[in-house]
Amino acid sequence: MGFREYRIGSIMFGVALATSMVVTVYMPGLDISNTTATATALEKQLTYGKVAGFDYGDPFLHGDDKPIKVILKKDPKTGAAIDETVAYVFKPGTSLPSGLVHDHINGAAIQALSVSLGKTDQVSVEAGGVYLVVKSVKNGVETPYIELASATRGWTIDATLKAADQEILAGAGKVMFIREGCWWCHTLLPEQTHDWQSFGRPPMLGDFNGESPTTFGSDRKAPDLLHVGSRNSSKEWMMMHFFNPRLVQPHSIMPRYDYLWGGVDKKGNNIDLAKWDEEFDAYREGSRVYPPEVPEYADNSEIRYLIDYVLDLK
Amino acid sequence: MIKYMFSKEEDIPGGTASIFFGFSCLMWFIVGTGIGSFNAAKLAFPDFFTHYYALQFGHMRQVHVHTVIFGWIVGAFAASALYIVPALGNTKLWSEKLGVWNCMAWNVGLMLALSTLWFGMTSGREYSDFMWPIDLYIAFCMVTPLFINIFMSILNRRTQGIYTTNWFFAGSFFMLIIVFLVGNAPEFFHLTGLNEAYMTWWFAHNVLGLLITPVAAAITYYIIPKVTGNPLYSHRVGHLHFWSIVVFYSTPAAHHLMSSPLPEWLKSFASVEGVLILVPAVAYVCNILLTMQGRWSMFVENIEIKYTITGVLLAIPLNMQGGFQQTRAINWYVHGTGWIVAHAHLALLGFSTFAEAAAVYYGMQTMLRRKLYSLSLANFHFWMLLIGFSLYWVSMTIAGLIQGAGKIYEVPYLDIVIAEHPYMIVRWLGGTMVFLGNIVWLYNMYMTVKKGEKLEHGVLPHEVAYVR
Repeated sequence: MGFREYRIGSIMFGVALATSMVVTVYMPGLDISNTTATATALEKQLTYGKVAGFDYGDPFLHGDDKPIKVILKKDPKTGAAIDETVAYVFKPGTSLPSGLVHDHINGAAIQALSVSLGKTDQVSVEAGGVYLVVKSVKNGVETPYIELASATRGWTIDATLKAADQEILAGAGKVMFIREGCWWCHTLLPEQTHDWQSFGRPPMLGDFNGESPTTFGSDRKAPDLLHVGSRNSSKEWMMMHFFNPRLVQPHSIMPRYDYLWGGVDKKGNNIDLAKWDEEFDAYREGSRVYPPEVPEYADNSEIRYLIDYVLDLK
Repeated sequence: MIKYMFSKEEDIPGGTASIFFGFSCLMWFIVGTGIGSFNAAKLAFPDFFTHYYALQFGHMRQVHVHTVIFGWIVGAFAASALYIVPALGNTKLWSEKLGVWNCMAWNVGLMLALSTLWFGMTSGREYSDFMWPIDLYIAFCMVTPLFINIFMSILNRRTQGIYTTNWFFAGSFFMLIIVFLVGNAPEFFHLTGLNEAYMTWWFAHNVLGLLITPVAAAITYYIIPKVTGNPLYSHRVGHLHFWSIVVFYSTPAAHHLMSSPLPEWLKSFASVEGVLILVPAVAYVCNILLTMQGRWSMFVENIEIKYTITGVLLAIPLNMQGGFQQTRAINWYVHGTGWIVAHAHLALLGFSTFAEAAAVYYGMQTMLRRKLYSLSLANFHFWMLLIGFSLYWVSMTIAGLIQGAGKIYEVPYLDIVIAEHPYMIVRWLGGTMVFLGNIVWLYNMYMTVKKGEKLEHGVLPHEVAYVR
């Protein structure tokens, strides 16, 4: 029997579907791909690395294979004092973000500067490297680009980590943000029509080049977090809030993330959650004046990654 | 099931694959709504079941979504397609054996997909949360065999024309494979930035628009004429429905990202196309309701018609919301609020679940050759589903409007959380009713297999009166 009576219909079906794909996939793809990256996009790429979701570099989403963001106040090579500088350390073997792998991600002007001034043509996964986001000003026009400081300034990975004032593991933290489903309730997208006052500036067209995944979030059951680090930069508050949100915000419906401590505190002592709960209940009932102390987290705990990420959302 | 996987094609009774799919989608429906009810409890009472890593909201939320979409909704589509397609072609299913294997691959795949997702192995992209190896498995081991079976059964039909329902079955499952492969391209080829964000919603939109809505409609195109005995009101309008789905419904993906910095032309285009979704929607609803002419008493008397028509009636608010809530004038108010959650449940738990429940009730009786065990239990299930869903929908819509007001006036967020609390409790109650109703349904279906009155050859279930 076949489809012979339906030849015209089948052809029309193919034409309709193909046209739809051209208009909804190919054309937007072309347009979006021509977007020039902003400095924010370059910073995000270097902070978060290749992918924050599932990837063979980090199949179980433990936060492996991610760069380290460091704050420098002295030159790692000479030891001389410098203005506070943010550098991104990719240890050997760390996967690189799209913008360092492909030459069409960041836009032609940025790519040209990154290669000519930033020596990003010498990028290598095996050797790793230290990266910076710098700005070139020409005729009053500011263009950000990526600089491979290992090549231009001789900053080695070890010396940079040693000279670092602060290590921010926001790349691993974004993995936690995705794995723990923070984005099911917290959006990362202040809306253009409102939100300016409480949640800050909406993101710009070029803020996302090279980022994966973008995790805008779609269902806002909780405050937008795109600029949360600018509103609240207290690590202690974050620590209490993640351990038990009701501790600082009695009406919060956020889940507790006490398990991200990994069962031990900074000194390696086991955390007794049952005892903590008992004391907290006593505090809520009024039979205790102060709530129980929240244990300080270990430096390599998952909660550290997550708090680093959240505080890094400026 | 194992027995039929390794027997000869001619030894497998007709309808086997459909029955297996029917029971497995029922199981998944119970699991999915159970998780949904559990999640809702967590939103209402955040300290409920805390400390358990595996039972965290952030891990369970997407498992709920994918269990109901791929376990229940698409599973029920498979169960329906595997008996409706041959029936409409006056032929046998192309391969019962492939169908049985397909069902096995489906359940094993879902088990794998949901546990990895539960475990936290996600791509971080809404609706395409599964990691890409799982996406490939779904496309090639779950959907492709189903499509081949449907397509080959249509090719081998013994009727001259192809009925409306089968256009949708053939077209939608074909488009689902394409949507899976194109929509997950960001993961296969590591596309990044706004391309990734846009393709995420391209996938999400088309999974709903090119699969769930049209196939649920296709099922009602079969059930209503079959059970009422009325011919379809108009095939022309059916044509309009089918073609406008392909042309209009496949294009407005960007309307899910109206407040993101996507190119403005794309958002405007998507918004206009989004309103045009009303063309297939109105055509469809009119066509089905006009088919009911002279048989409206069956809406009360017949359980399959009761389910189907409720689904079709729920499609009216669904499409009115869908067409207009994505325009800039309304979207800025409701975007990202519980209104959208209510709308999503109206589509999946309202319209399409009611249509599929009818198809599963009807198909199981026909394939098992047994009359439903208890009409009272079926009615009880219907009302649990309808009241539970209505509580959910109304409470979430109100919560969404509160959130919207809080959002545009930039009310401190905590005040919104406090104001929403009562509605979160109602949402949980509604979801729990749906869950409990489904357990009753499974019992009813199980008893139908064991004790349902046997149907004589050549008799359809709705032609036999209930004896109980």
